[in-house]
Amino acid sequence: MKILFFASLREKLNTNQESWTDMHNVSTTKELLNNLQERGEPWLSALNNPQLIISVNQEISDLKTLIKLGDEVAFFPPVTGG
Amino acid sequence: METFKPCVVIQTDDFSIESEYQLLRAMKPNQTGAICTFTGLVREFGDKPDIQGMFLEHYPGMTEKCLQKLIQQAKEKWNIHYAKVIHRIGALSLSEQIVFVGVSSAHRGDAFAACEYIMDYLKTDAPFWKKEISKNSTTWVEAKSSDQDRKNKWLNDN
Repeated sequence: MKILFFASLREKLNTNQESWTDMHNVSTTKELLNNLQERGEPWLSALNNPQLIISVNQEISDLKTLIKLGDEVAFFPPVTGG
Repeated sequence: METFKPCVVIQTDDFSIESEYQLLRAMKPNQTGAICTFTGLVREFGDKPDIQGMFLEHYPGMTEKCLQKLIQQAKEKWNIHYAKVIHRIGALSLSEQIVFVGVSSAHRGDAFAACEYIMDYLKTDAPFWKKEISKNSTTWVEAKSSDQDRKNKWLNDN
């Protein structure tokens, strides 16, 4: 599973992506979010944002979406293009 | 009947409105009665007089998919012949062009509406992020609720 971070979130976490070859008992986006936050700072506060957007395989998603190895999950702040 | 293909281009380079207009004009030359184009530019923000420009980041892959979907939705709502979106990424100075939306149609009503619809949804849905560059600092631009309001207008109208 590929996990991507963009914009201000990427800067706060100081990383733009990571790859998982094991799901670590994570099966939903909510569980993934919790797993990442368990790492402590800066993950805890950077991901503790109600405006955070989650996409799974490049489709906007919510916290109930099922995820598995091979998926591409991304976390990002509200978009500001155009 | 030719198939409708949404055209989406993400690039660092600038674009020529004249060239894009001529491309739209050439698509269905005898059936096109209206071409509507929109161009967005980098401007000064009210509270930050020392802004020098901005940096545009995007989510490669998802951006293209999202914009193609928006064009397809516009095609389903209005009778349009062709639509194209160009969005620039990377470093942009004040007054530079950022985004282009061009739509051709038989009638102006469809062209105006589809062009505005695509632009309104692009602002709230397409994964781009702007970072303002000033002399001494850089700041991520905050999403505006007025953009969400503009998008929601389409939900109420239809």
